[in-house]
Amino acid sequence: MFGFLGPNGAGKTTTMRMIQCISPVTGGSLEVLDMDVSTCQREIKSHMGVVPQENNLDEDFTVYENLLVYSRYFDIPKDEAEKRVEELLDFVQLLEKKDVMTESLSGGMKRRLVLARALINRPDVLILDEPTVGLDPQARHLIWEKLRNLKKQGVTIVLTSHYLDEVEKLCDRLVVMDNGKILVEGSPMGVIEEFIGSDIIEAENNPELLECLQQKEAKYEIIGDTVHIYADNAREISEFLLMECSLSKISARPATLEDVFLKLTGRRLRE
Amino acid sequence: MNPVDYFSIPSVSSRSFKVWQRNKDVFIKNIKLNFLPPFIEPILYLLALGFGLGKFVESIDGVPYARFIAPALIAVSVMYASFFECSYSSYVRMYYQKTFDAMIATPLTIEDVIAGELLWGATRSMINATVMIPVIALFGLIDLKYAVLIIPFAFMGGLLFAAIGMCFTAITPNIMSINYPVLLFITPMFLFSGTFFPLSALPVPIQYFATAFLPLTHIVNVIRTLSYGMLSSSLIFDVAWILFVGIALLVLSINLMKRRLII
Ligand SMILES: Nc1ncnc2c1ncn2[C@@H]1O[C@H](COP(=O)(O)OP(=O)(O)OP(=O)(O)O)[C@@H](O)[C@H]1O
Ligand SMILES: [Mg+2]
Repeated sequence: MFGFLGPNGAGKTTTMRMIQCISPVTGGSLEVLDMDVSTCQREIKSHMGVVPQENNLDEDFTVYENLLVYSRYFDIPKDEAEKRVEELLDFVQLLEKKDVMTESLSGGMKRRLVLARALINRPDVLILDEPTVGLDPQARHLIWEKLRNLKKQGVTIVLTSHYLDEVEKLCDRLVVMDNGKILVEGSPMGVIEEFIGSDIIEAENNPELLECLQQKEAKYEIIGDTVHIYADNAREISEFLLMECSLSKISARPATLEDVFLKLTGRRLRE
Repeated sequence: MNPVDYFSIPSVSSRSFKVWQRNKDVFIKNIKLNFLPPFIEPILYLLALGFGLGKFVESIDGVPYARFIAPALIAVSVMYASFFECSYSSYVRMYYQKTFDAMIATPLTIEDVIAGELLWGATRSMINATVMIPVIALFGLIDLKYAVLIIPFAFMGGLLFAAIGMCFTAITPNIMSINYPVLLFITPMFLFSGTFFPLSALPVPIQYFATAFLPLTHIVNVIRTLSYGMLSSSLIFDVAWILFVGIALLVLSINLMKRRLII
């Protein structure tokens, strides 16, 4: 499972669309399943499932019909398709909504239906552009569980998400990108170790502390009225700081992907 | 895009049939509502214009007025059905419902999707003609000898207007702007294509203009001749015009939509 992270407008969706053979590749080369995206569109797309960032369910049809009509685009024979539709609706727990028009589904239900739709052709590659956006915690956990299942079955999953805990838990490898460029690549743990260390100590910002940190040549960053001190061994360092630098309030916690993300892409809001 | 590229032959596959099938399924879901207009409209027009207004109109070329306008009603319906299907309806599917986006994530290509839409638009024209012919026949206003030929011809004419509608869908900045071609192109055509009065009543330059540039004149000509139970060599010219312009616009509309959708 591979993750693409980056601030709004970084180019994640654009990258996903290139992998789907929809947006043209203007530079470099891109191969999916050992096939070139510019020449083997149909072949690639028949092995691919897509959950787009914006839901695009067919509002003219019911839940059941949505999947059945979609199965035809993949040339799946009707009786096989009917079997898969039942299975998939069960999989995403929408069986009882089967005959409801899609526009009257809740946001989370729509998202689950889009996921079911992406699986109708038993894809080898699954593209998920922010699959869990707008979902309640139950639905998110449900989807994570489904994704882990699919991963076990050998499906390659490419994911973008702004829920970094999700990416940290699910992805084997990831890139952080901004302005269409890759900033880092690696495993979630690897990236965290490389840029932050294993732990972060948060302390109140005051001039004495900064002076002390400078003397000790510690790695730190000032964020408003707190200071983040990057550490590989939190306990040792915090004890040391407590003794040496006369700190009042400090707390230590494991570093997360979010810390890496903010460090790499800055803390300013994107327009 | 290079101007020549707008007329490069798109690679359409038989998968476009799946898109056609999707639209057909939606049509069937609302079949009662969809069949009503081609059933009711000719009756209303024939009563009001054919038999009402017709009382005050001398026969045209020896044909009673109601019999003169009956085939024009079919022609107008052929135009409206596919034009509106491939303009407003396709735009809604493309922009609001994102149906095309969902489709091109499958082995369907953009070319397949647009071709399927065009075929469906033409099918709607054919359905309308098929419903209207018996209704008009009930009034005794159509000669049934060649009437069945009107049905495949309606498909052909439907393709032409489907392509016209799709070209506007491809270039319109928003759905409201489709009102312009309707107001400036479709409505004048509805009135000035030999529909409710013969072209010969217009000044000669305008007659030439209508024959050269208004597709509906050719559709009206063919359907009227067939509905009189006649065949004439002038039909070859009309059919050739429709084929030539139709094919050019079909190709153009697919390429324009490709340009609009691939970003
Ligand atoms: N490599 C690139 N070079 C130049 N422009 C790019 C590149 N990649 C993407 N863009 C442009 O950046 C804009 C936003 O891209 P995109 O939709 O992919 O962002 P995103 O990362 O998915 O953002 P969000 O998190 O908001 O969904 C688009 O207008 C796109 O054309
Ligand atoms: Mg995006």
